[in-house]
Amino acid sequence: MRPYAMTKGRTEPASGAYIGLIDVVAAVAHLRLPADARLSREHRRVLSHCRQPITVVDLASDIDLPVGVVRVLLSDLSQYGALRVVATSREPVSHERLLRDVLDALQAL
Amino acid sequence: MHYRHFDTVEAEVMPAAAKILIAGGFGVGKTTLVGTISEIRPLRTEEMLSDRSIGVDDISGVDRKTTTTVAMDFGRITFRADLTMYLFGTPGQERFWFMWDDLAYGAVGAVVMADTRRLADCFAAVDYFEHRGTPFIVAVNCFDGAPTYQPEDVQIALDLVPGTPVVLCDARHRDSVKNVLVTLIRHAIAKSSANREYQGRPLPAG
Repeated sequence: MRPYAMTKGRTEPASGAYIGLIDVVAAVAHLRLPADARLSREHRRVLSHCRQPITVVDLASDIDLPVGVVRVLLSDLSQYGALRVVATSREPVSHERLLRDVLDALQAL
Repeated sequence: MHYRHFDTVEAEVMPAAAKILIAGGFGVGKTTLVGTISEIRPLRTEEMLSDRSIGVDDISGVDRKTTTTVAMDFGRITFRADLTMYLFGTPGQERFWFMWDDLAYGAVGAVVMADTRRLADCFAAVDYFEHRGTPFIVAVNCFDGAPTYQPEDVQIALDLVPGTPVVLCDARHRDSVKNVLVTLIRHAIAKSSANREYQGRPLPAG
């Protein structure tokens, strides 16, 4: 199947929101989908792979789908309220905390 | 480029992830460096082509686009369950420039790898990160038989902004690669705290 057939030809996320490569996605527990939600097999596959929080690139790698396709599917699921997308922190103070954590971890390698 | 964001959600325990880029010319050792220190994972991405460039199936007046899948790798270092670092090699060929913004977005820093026999190969990457304000360092991969230069010589030859670290490395050796990454993160911390100190203050005259 051509990759974008899974998204009905859409190459951009429906909401227009940017999903970063290392943003973390997590399926919502006790999900109640809206009545009009139509989940494809691929939507369900994505959802079942993010029961534990996972980055977008790891998800795409695990399920072997192009990252652009995964972004469109994630955006649909997010609009249905089926998962959360947590943007990688870009706020200066927590950014510095992240850097210091990474530095400590690297030095301990 | 402006992006609209999803709201950041306060989560129970969401893992933290940092992304760095490994740039430089073809054959400079990007893949070697990433493989020396991290777990390599495959990733499929796609390249947008317009029908115009293909020249077949012409549907007049319809701006159709098609994609072709491109295979790439990324590196992952899992420090702890809740702390991971990702290393992305930036594709060298001109036709992949469209991917750079996506790769660079939210990156904590970049390593520009240089080969002293072909220093000009890293000009584009140096320009890109300087223009974008992404903290970066230059890592000179010391190939056997390549002329050895001092970091200061490379600093001058690349006309780097003063304070941009230049380190010599051997991409095949873990301790050497570790030193490259530690240098980058230290530089990123220094730049981040310097930026914070200047926030809200007028820029010095001149």
